[in-house]
Amino acid sequence: MSHDGSDAAAGDVAPIPDSNPVLTQADRSRFEPSPEPAERRVLVVEDEPNISEAIRYILQRDGFSVTLLASGEGVLETIAAKDPALVILDAMLPGVSGLDILRALRGQPGTAALPVILLTAKGSAQAREQAIEAGASLFMAKPFANAALLEAVRNLVEA
Amino acid sequence: MPKSALSGTRIRSLRTARRMAQADLARLAGVSPSYLNLIEHNRRRASAGVLESLAKALHVPVETLDEGAGDAQIEALRAAAARANASVTPEIDRAEEFIGRFPGWAALVAQLAAAAEAQERVIERLSDRMAHDPNLSASLHEIVSAVTSVQSTAAILAESDELEPEWRARFHRNVHEDSVRLANAAEALVAFLDTSGEETGLAAPQEELESWLERQHFHVAATESPDRVDWPRHIAGEPELATAAARSLAAAWLTRAQADAQALPLNRLLPALTKMLSAGDGFAPETLARDFGCDLARLFRRLATLPPDPGIPRFGLVTCDGSGTLTFRRPVEGFQLPRFGGACPLWPLYEALLRPDRPVRTLVEVAGRPPARFVAHAVAGARDPLRFDPPHVWEASMLLTPASAALGREASEEDARPVGSSCRVCPRSGCTARREPSIVAG
Repeated sequence: MSHDGSDAAAGDVAPIPDSNPVLTQADRSRFEPSPEPAERRVLVVEDEPNISEAIRYILQRDGFSVTLLASGEGVLETIAAKDPALVILDAMLPGVSGLDILRALRGQPGTAALPVILLTAKGSAQAREQAIEAGASLFMAKPFANAALLEAVRNLVEA
Repeated sequence: MPKSALSGTRIRSLRTARRMAQADLARLAGVSPSYLNLIEHNRRRASAGVLESLAKALHVPVETLDEGAGDAQIEALRAAAARANASVTPEIDRAEEFIGRFPGWAALVAQLAAAAEAQERVIERLSDRMAHDPNLSASLHEIVSAVTSVQSTAAILAESDELEPEWRARFHRNVHEDSVRLANAAEALVAFLDTSGEETGLAAPQEELESWLERQHFHVAATESPDRVDWPRHIAGEPELATAAARSLAAAWLTRAQADAQALPLNRLLPALTKMLSAGDGFAPETLARDFGCDLARLFRRLATLPPDPGIPRFGLVTCDGSGTLTFRRPVEGFQLPRFGGACPLWPLYEALLRPDRPVRTLVEVAGRPPARFVAHAVAGARDPLRFDPPHVWEASMLLTPASAALGREASEEDARPVGSSCRVCPRSGCTARREPSIVAG
């Protein structure tokens, strides 16, 4: 599975069962270019492949289209290209800090209001404060419950 | 309460606690009852001789009646009361009476409160040090990442009845990988916690010195003075320098820092350094050393302990002795320095140690989160006075300058040498210099 910005459902993974109405093979073929409604597109920036894979599965199962990035490089460009409704951003990424990316997003008119969930391995009050100050819509400490993450994504996208 | 009131009230408290009549105490102390009455009501101050007689008659040490000592004791009790939690309400207004009636108990309460406060300070310091330990921080990040992955993946496996076989296989594999990773990280963390106390102690003298210097941002203003400074006196009572060994190290460090400061005065060094950095041709410590007529090691020490200045980057510094043991660490953001044990064998510091007096300059990239580039300047030389007879005492120093500040307009694309902090927390799996497996996934 690549982590270079490819759309999740266009990757090399096996198809999800047809009981899931969104992730059928037919849907997958429509991912280039992203035909989904903007409010269903999520960008996940996470350098731990197994975590991002789990997140991708949880969101896809709920009907979201997921793009994965394994580092902070190219986040702004990917957002410009994919126009996601929400970004899930790891705070500690190789190359650049998630907080710096967040500040950069908040500094641009096009992404100043984009919902961003900041994931971090540091759940301290100080880390939370830093995240909120940098402009996170929501701060989630790792490990997180899948249901809580999914609910947060739904709420932020629908808000 | 005015100070003059203390002694008389205390005498009265002690007397009444002993159920003695005023007249009896006056007789025993050899003063008139009316005079004692004035003293007890703080309307006359007792002379030293009378205080001594009263103390003898009351069977207490004369210091108990001393006003200054009483002040200190009352302050100590007030401090103890202030630290009490909400469910306890000491009678602060009766502290004086308490001291008067039970001087021994009062002293014990004050002593226990002071001991508790001192221990809290030690715990805070150790806790702070643990929080910034790169080994611990890397281990915990590794564990949290693996736990997150296992939890999310296991929940998917448990909750999804109709999971496609390929997905199921993939998630099983992920859980297996992460559980192995988790076990390794936990094992390494336990090993670290088991041995860290034995290897150097949480408060090894060198750590005490570095912790003290860190609080002053590695710049001690008094070292700029051209006059002789009584360093042991200067550092007396500093909380971080708790042991005699640390104070001795600190005094030696300050003596050397003062000599460095005299050879490289701020008013000349800062303009020269700023000019060099702003010219855009790169940072050349050898030029500065030549201009100031000093050796590179001295220049490195000075640069790493400059006062904060917006136009000058923060320099890091590591020194080691001939055994490679790190003898001084001045951290710089982005370049983690190991707290104990061996550092990365690829550091230019060790290359310099192999060829004394031949400086080494290398662009390095630290495998961190995020990776960061530094220009490392290293040099080794004899630390002992010049002589022919071995053994010689060698010392190597490595100055770390953030690449953004050290490199000129060019060479930003230069290849960097991949280095780490120490093997245990380095993720570079293919490194030929590796001494032991890493607890961090590559």
